[in-house]
Amino acid sequence: MSETWIILGATSSMARAFARLKAEQGARLLLAGRDMAELRRLAADMRLRGAEEAEALALEARNPATFAPVIERAEAAGGMISAAIFIGSMPEQAAIDADPSLIEGVVADSFTGPARFLQMLAPVMEARGGGTVVGVGSVAGDRGRLGNYVYGAAKAGFATYLSGLRNRLGREGVHVLTVKPGFVDTAMTWGLEGMFLVASPEAVAASIERAMAKRKNTLYTPFFWRWIMLIIRLIPEPLFKKLSI
Amino acid sequence: MRWKETDYAGWGRVLRAHGQIARPEKLAALKAALAETPAPAIGNRRSYNDAPLNSGGRVIDMTRLDRILSFEPETGLLEAEAGIEIGEIARLFAPQGWLPTVMPGTGRATLGGCIAQDVHGKSHQQDGSFGQHVESVTLLQGERRVSASPTRNKALFRATMGGLGQTGVILSAKIRMTPCPGTMVRVTESRAENWDEFIALLDRSTAPYVVGWIDATARGAAMGRGILEEGELSATLEPWPKKARRVPLDAPSSALASPVVKLFNAAYYRRVPEEGRIRERPIADFFFPLDKIHDWNRLYGKRGFYQFQCVVPPGKVEALRAIMARIAESAMASPLAVLKRMGPGRAGMMSFPMGGYTLALDFPARKGVEALIRSLQQMVLEAGGRLYLAKDALAEGETIRAMYPEHGEWAAICDRADPARALETDLTRRLGLRSMT
Ligand SMILES: Cc1cc2nc3c(=O)[nH]c(=O)nc-3n(C[C@H](O)[C@H](O)[C@H](O)COP(=O)(O)OP(=O)(O)OC[C@H]3O[C@@H](n4cnc5c(N)ncnc54)[C@H](O)[C@@H]3O)c2cc1C
Ligand SMILES: NC(=O)c1ccc[n+]([C@@H]2O[C@H](COP(=O)([O-])OP(=O)(O)OC[C@H]3O[C@@H](n4cnc5c(N)ncnc54)[C@H](OP(=O)(O)O)[C@@H]3O)[C@@H](O)[C@H]2O)c1
Repeated sequence: MSETWIILGATSSMARAFARLKAEQGARLLLAGRDMAELRRLAADMRLRGAEEAEALALEARNPATFAPVIERAEAAGGMISAAIFIGSMPEQAAIDADPSLIEGVVADSFTGPARFLQMLAPVMEARGGGTVVGVGSVAGDRGRLGNYVYGAAKAGFATYLSGLRNRLGREGVHVLTVKPGFVDTAMTWGLEGMFLVASPEAVAASIERAMAKRKNTLYTPFFWRWIMLIIRLIPEPLFKKLSI
Repeated sequence: MRWKETDYAGWGRVLRAHGQIARPEKLAALKAALAETPAPAIGNRRSYNDAPLNSGGRVIDMTRLDRILSFEPETGLLEAEAGIEIGEIARLFAPQGWLPTVMPGTGRATLGGCIAQDVHGKSHQQDGSFGQHVESVTLLQGERRVSASPTRNKALFRATMGGLGQTGVILSAKIRMTPCPGTMVRVTESRAENWDEFIALLDRSTAPYVVGWIDATARGAAMGRGILEEGELSATLEPWPKKARRVPLDAPSSALASPVVKLFNAAYYRRVPEEGRIRERPIADFFFPLDKIHDWNRLYGKRGFYQFQCVVPPGKVEALRAIMARIAESAMASPLAVLKRMGPGRAGMMSFPMGGYTLALDFPARKGVEALIRSLQQMVLEAGGRLYLAKDALAEGETIRAMYPEHGEWAAICDRADPARALETDLTRRLGLRSMT
């Protein structure tokens, strides 16, 4: 029986590339997000690329009441259940400086929403005794930086959450992969200044696939971001606080 | 919608633009961009020239709108968003028994780009142009959605096939594919010793897919020698070849004597034995030989290159021979030229194809090349032939309008579809294509 993949934030191009890999492998896909018209187009695309089934489901990260129906839908399908979380939002830091109330949304999208969803899904996955959780964090979560520290803080929270979840679910045969992309060529970064070494969503999706096969715990993608972030983390705080990288 | 301000260029990189690009990831984002600014759509910028450029203005990059919307396995009817690449359609559907009926020489061309240039493939005599296999097309004209087909909104349809994006943004289209028994092509390669033999081989060929590679450096008695490739879809099933390698940087201009030949060494005249040979090649290798190297255009260095492509009527082989001879004597072209037969099939008013012979080749941008190409253009005009608007970077508007007799009618339809002329590109402005006379 083919596996079921829940894709949260399926309208992201990174998610689309990942879901297409799964579709070509014949998986069943539950595509969750908030743009239903788009999710239905995507579902058709996934079916025509080989998905055994693909369904569009409404989910709003800031409204946990929308979570249970998605989980129930996954439960109703037999076989292994896996989930990949691509939801996240990154308003410009200046916008948050101007309106601090934006913080709650950023944290809900990148951290608390996904975490609450996974917390509800965990027992189901434990009961099935397998499957994979792919949680997309960001290199921005490795250190608070001038340009996007609220987003970074939310991603750091999510990474810490995923590490704990790995600790818990690993005991039941469920693998948790934390993904930390560098710059990826998506809607989030399109037209932003200061982008370099930008990876394609397809390359990121393929690297996630390889990391899953190797049961890696944390994936920096492209790989060199592991070294870039190592250096950035090693900069002493007294110096770092004066930099604007 | 965030617009990216950037320099960008067509595939030949001689003509460049600076402007703003939106790249919607989904339909809602496309509509938002169009509500903000009605702007021309572009694909993967595989047109060599200024067709996908809008200097100082805005364009909408359609490459992320690439969903497959529907498919009928019994009939091979496929509907997809315009940003999907032709090579991707082939990769996904050849193993299921269907191939796009017309495929240009690069698999990276998008569905929208293939329609807007009404592209031709290696089977033009048999299958006609791309647009002849388009069942219907959905356009966004600002916030209005219109569909057109050969039976509904006929004139709009004919203005859209080969219409350079001037009738609206092509959102999606339905195409009829061709049955495809496997993922390989059985290719027969034969040598032609000179021009006359080449033309005779082309004329005699009855294969479904035919393409000739001419050694553009051969002069005198050997002028026009080359290799004819005749292909036939085979029932062999093999895994699809891996993705392309990349050219990381621009080549220094000294390195560019013949980059394309170095890449495409299978076409080397002497690689094929005198008696010819037959082998099976993956669909992608046969149809898209240059795609094996990503960004190969950078091999021509920063200054870029021109591509010249013309078609002349069947009775004008002598004129084409004279064109080829002038190119060979100039020694300015990259050593590989492509020669194909063309049938009369064309789907639109501004479509390139006409019955006859089409010749295409690259010229690295350097001194003297522009004058040479201009003289070739004049020879094409005198032969009653035509230049291709996916390639031309140097022609005068008057020349082009003389070559495209339905131009006036087309321009009138475009003005109804886009009265503010918001969809003009550098190409349509350079050639004055939107003016009715
Ligand atoms: C190596 C190589 C080989 C080639 N071989 C062939 C060949 O054998 N036969 C052939 O006919 N051509 C050939 N071409 C040319 C190529 O097929 C055409 O230029 C094609 O239009 C490129 O598609 P694109 O998606 O890159 O479009 P672009 O080059 O980005 O755009 C082309 C035109 O289409 C318009 N357009 C693109 N998308 C849309 C849309 N969604 N809605 C409205 N307008 C749109 C643009 O405004 C522009 O006018 C070749 C090109 C290369 C680089
Ligand atoms: N691009 C990069 O360089 C980069 C780098 C590191 C990490 N990341 C992370 O990668 C993931 C994918 O991002 P992306 O780059 O592809 O950008 P994106 O297109 O903006 O993707 C964000 C996704 O989250 C969804 N989303 C946002 N808020 C939501 C909410 N409240 N409820 C439900 N869905 C919501 C979006 O849905 P809508 O379509 O409805 O908006 C979209 O599907 C994100 O977690 C991002 O933080 C990106």
